[in-house]
Amino acid sequence: MLARATTFTLLGIDGIRVTVEADIHTGLPSFTIVGLGDAAVQESRERVRAALVNSGFDFPLKRITVNLAPADLRKAGPAFDLALAAGLLAASGQAPPDRLAGHAFCGELGLDGSVRRVRGAIAMADAAATAGCEGIVVPPDNAGEAALVGGLDVVPVGTVRELAAFLAGDGPPVAERLDARDWLAADPPEGEDFAQLRGHRALKHALEVAAAGNHNVLMMGPPGSGKSMAARRLPSIMPPLSFGDALEVTRIHSVAGVLGPAPLVQRRPFRAPHHSISAPGLVGGGGPPSPGEASLAQHGVLFLDELSEFARPALEALRQPLEEGCVRVTRAQRTVSFPARFLLAAATNPCPCGYQGDPRRQCCCHPSVAARYRARLSGPLLDRIDMILRVEQPRAKDVMAEAEPEGSRTIRERVLAARAVQERRLRGSPAACNAHMTHAQLRRVANLEPAARAALHDAHERAGLTMRGHDRVLRVARTLADLDGSDRVLRRHVAQAVAYREPPPVLDGAVAGMLV
Amino acid sequence: MTACDGCLRRTALLGLLAPWVERARKPNRRRLPEVLALSDDELIEALCSTKRAEVDRPLARFDPAHARASAEAAGIEVVCRHAPRYPRLLAHAADAPAALHLIGDGALLERAARDGAVAIVGSRRASSYGIEMAGSLARDLAACDVPVVSGMAYGVDSAAHSGALAAGGPTIAVMPGGADLAYPPGKRCLHEQLKTCGLAVSEMPTGMRPFRWSFPARNRIMAALARMTIVVEGTEGSGSLITASFAQDLGRDVGAVPGQATSPLAAGPNRLLSEGAAVVRSASDVLDALFGPGKRPVPAAGIGAAAPHPALAARLEPRLRRLLQSVETGIGSVEGLAEGTDVADALAGLSELEFLGFVGRGPGGDYVRRV
Repeated sequence: MLARATTFTLLGIDGIRVTVEADIHTGLPSFTIVGLGDAAVQESRERVRAALVNSGFDFPLKRITVNLAPADLRKAGPAFDLALAAGLLAASGQAPPDRLAGHAFCGELGLDGSVRRVRGAIAMADAAATAGCEGIVVPPDNAGEAALVGGLDVVPVGTVRELAAFLAGDGPPVAERLDARDWLAADPPEGEDFAQLRGHRALKHALEVAAAGNHNVLMMGPPGSGKSMAARRLPSIMPPLSFGDALEVTRIHSVAGVLGPAPLVQRRPFRAPHHSISAPGLVGGGGPPSPGEASLAQHGVLFLDELSEFARPALEALRQPLEEGCVRVTRAQRTVSFPARFLLAAATNPCPCGYQGDPRRQCCCHPSVAARYRARLSGPLLDRIDMILRVEQPRAKDVMAEAEPEGSRTIRERVLAARAVQERRLRGSPAACNAHMTHAQLRRVANLEPAARAALHDAHERAGLTMRGHDRVLRVARTLADLDGSDRVLRRHVAQAVAYREPPPVLDGAVAGMLV
Repeated sequence: MTACDGCLRRTALLGLLAPWVERARKPNRRRLPEVLALSDDELIEALCSTKRAEVDRPLARFDPAHARASAEAAGIEVVCRHAPRYPRLLAHAADAPAALHLIGDGALLERAARDGAVAIVGSRRASSYGIEMAGSLARDLAACDVPVVSGMAYGVDSAAHSGALAAGGPTIAVMPGGADLAYPPGKRCLHEQLKTCGLAVSEMPTGMRPFRWSFPARNRIMAALARMTIVVEGTEGSGSLITASFAQDLGRDVGAVPGQATSPLAAGPNRLLSEGAAVVRSASDVLDALFGPGKRPVPAAGIGAAAPHPALAARLEPRLRRLLQSVETGIGSVEGLAEGTDVADALAGLSELEFLGFVGRGPGGDYVRRV
C-alpha cells in the first residue's frame, strides 16, 4: 500500500517541498530510503522503527521503500522523521490517510517516540503556507516560531501517539497563533546600557553617530580600554527591530539552530565571533550551506574584536556582505543567498602590544612589526569602514565621577529622530540609512554649504584626505547634520567627520604629509 | 676610485672578521673603538688566534681589483684615509675607518667638514612628539644648509632624514652594513631618496649585512662626522646615548631635546641635559650653539615647513586657541582635549587646526603640535 506525506527541507533560509512516498509490499523484510538523502536521512530508518515499536505500533515486516521526491535534490537532516512515521502509519493501515493530504510534517523522532525540535521550522511553515497546506505538524518546541507565520494551522505533537491521534482525527489542539506585533511592541529587555559606560565621552558620541547612520566603525585602542564593552551596548541605542525585520532575523537564527527559547528574536542581534573563525564560519557555507556569523548579525551588530588577528581569507570574504548586504554561497549544483546586512563594529589594538601612542605606557613593538600589524587592516575592508576612532583608557576621575552618564534610552531618542529624517529622504530607494547610500545618492543628498565644501577641500590639501576617504567623510557628515536636525551639511559637520578618518600609517616613522 | 690596496684589504678583513667581533664583544661596548684601532695583524691575533688559518687563507686570496670592480658595479665610491677627500673630521682618530664607501653626493662630506654637520639620533620607537621634533629640527637645519647626519633607522633617524629631504637640504646616512644595502629593509624608499638627493656612507664592504656590533661602530662615525650630536628621544641604555658618549669623547658638542620627566623615552635626553648637554628646543638653539648667538637665523618661513608661524596662533579664535594650547601641553587624546567642552565641537576644532597646519596626527591617532 502506498501513502504520501508532505515535508520540507532547507535550502539556504527557504523551505523546499519534499514529498515522502512510503510503499509497503510483500517480500523479504527490508527498509530502503531512496532520493539522495544524507547519513542523517539514512539513519532515520532506525529512529522511525524504534519510535513506532516503542509507541506500541507495529513495524511491518515487509518490503518497505521510501522515496523522497524530487529525487534529484540532496536532502539532509533528521527533520523527515515525522513525515516518514506518518507515511508508514498510513501505509500500514494503522492510521487513516485522510489528513496526510492537507498537512505538512516536520520533526525529528527519538527512539522512545518523542518528537524533537528541528532547525528552520519557521522557514518550513512559511513554505507550507505558500504551498497552500492547511496546516503543519511540528515538534512542540517549534510551535511558537511556526505560529508566527500566518495562514495555516500549527499542530504541535510531542509523541508518535499524539501523531497517530492527530491522523485519526482528534489529537492535540492547534497552537494559538501568536500575534507577534503586540509582542514586539513591548520594550525589549535592556540588559546592557550606555549608562554603565563611564568616561569615554568621545567614544559614546561616535557610537551614537554610527547608530544614527548605521556606519561601520573601527575602534583602535589599548587592551582593556572598553572597546568590547562599548560595542556590546551598541544595539541598545539602535532603533528597535520592525516586525518584518524581526521575522527575517528569527528565520535566519532558526535555520542556523541558534534560536533561543523565545520564538521571536526581539532585539537586534549582536554577534561577536572569535578571531580564529574561518571564512565559511564568518559568511556562511558548508554543505548543505548554512548561514555564517555575518548573516546571524542581520539587522544587528557584527563585532570583530582583534580585527588584525582575523585570517585574511575571512576578512576578504566579508567584502561581499559589506557591499551587497547578502552572501552568496555557490556550490556545484546551485547558489544559495543569505541576507547579511549588519553594522560592522571592529576593534583592534594599534600595534601588537597595544600601547602605541599611549601617553602613559611605552610601546614595546618593533616599528616594522607595528607597521605590518597595521598593514593587515589596510585595503578593501577599511574602505567599507566609515569611522575610525581612537579609544583611550578612561581616566580614574571619569570612572569615579558621581554624575550618572546618559542612558541608552536618551541616546536612542536622538538616533531615532535622525533615522526618521533619513527614511523620509531616502523613501522609495533600497537604502534606508546614510551608510547604505550609493555614491550618486550621496552626491544628491549631501547638500553642503559653501564653507563645508571648502572644508572638504582643506581636508584634501592639508590633512591628507584621500579620494576614497572622501565619500566616507561625506556620509558621516550627512549623519552628523541629521543628528543636528540641520538640512544642510555645515562646515563643522565636515570637520568633525574628517576627525574620524584613518590615522597615518606607522611605516617610515613620519607624521602625515612629510616626505619619506 | 681613490682607495689604496692596503685600505681595501683592511675593509675586506673587517668583513671577514665580523662574526668574530660579534662573538668576542663583551657587554662593555666602550672597548669597540679600541678593537677597531688595532692593526690588521693585531686584530686577527686578538680575535681568532687559534683559527688564524680561517681568516688568513681568504685574506691571502683578496684581490683589490675585484673589490674595486664590485664597488663600482654597486655604484659605490670608495675613499680611503690616505685620499685627500677623506674627511678630516675622521682622519685623526685611531679607530678611523680605513675606507669610506659612498653612494650619492660625496661632496657632502667636505661640506660637513667645512660648515659643520649636526647628527640627530634617537629611539626607533619614538613618540609622535619625538618624530615631530626630529623632523622639524632636521628641516630647519637643512634649510640653513647644515648637513643632517643620522642612521636611517626607524623612528627619529628616518624622521630626521625625511625632514632634511623635505627642505631639499643636505643629509647623510651612516649605514650599519654596506652602503648599498638598505637597512632596515622597510626603509628602502628612504635609502633610494638618500642615494639620489643625499649621501649614504659606510665603512663596511659592499653588500655586507649588519652585525650587532656594526651599530655602535656606525654610531662612532656619525658622532665623528658631526660637530654636534642631538639626542631627541631615547630610553636609558639606548643606542643614541652611545652616539652621544662617542661625541663627548671626541670633544664635540652634545645636545638633547627635553621631554616629560615621567616619560621613559625622555630618560636618555634628560640625563644628558642634567650632565650639561645643550638644551635643544628648536633649530635656532642648535644654530646658536654652533655659530654663535644670532649668527645664523632660521629662515622665517622654513622651506617645507609644516606649521604656520607661531605668531599666527595668537590670532586664532579663542575656541581653537584653547584647543591648541591643550595639544601643546601634550594632551593627545580627544577624550582629554574635549574636557569641559562638547565632544563634537572639540573634534571639529581639531580638524580645523589640522587644516591650518597647527596640529597633525600620530600613527596611533593621537594629536600632536606640529612645529
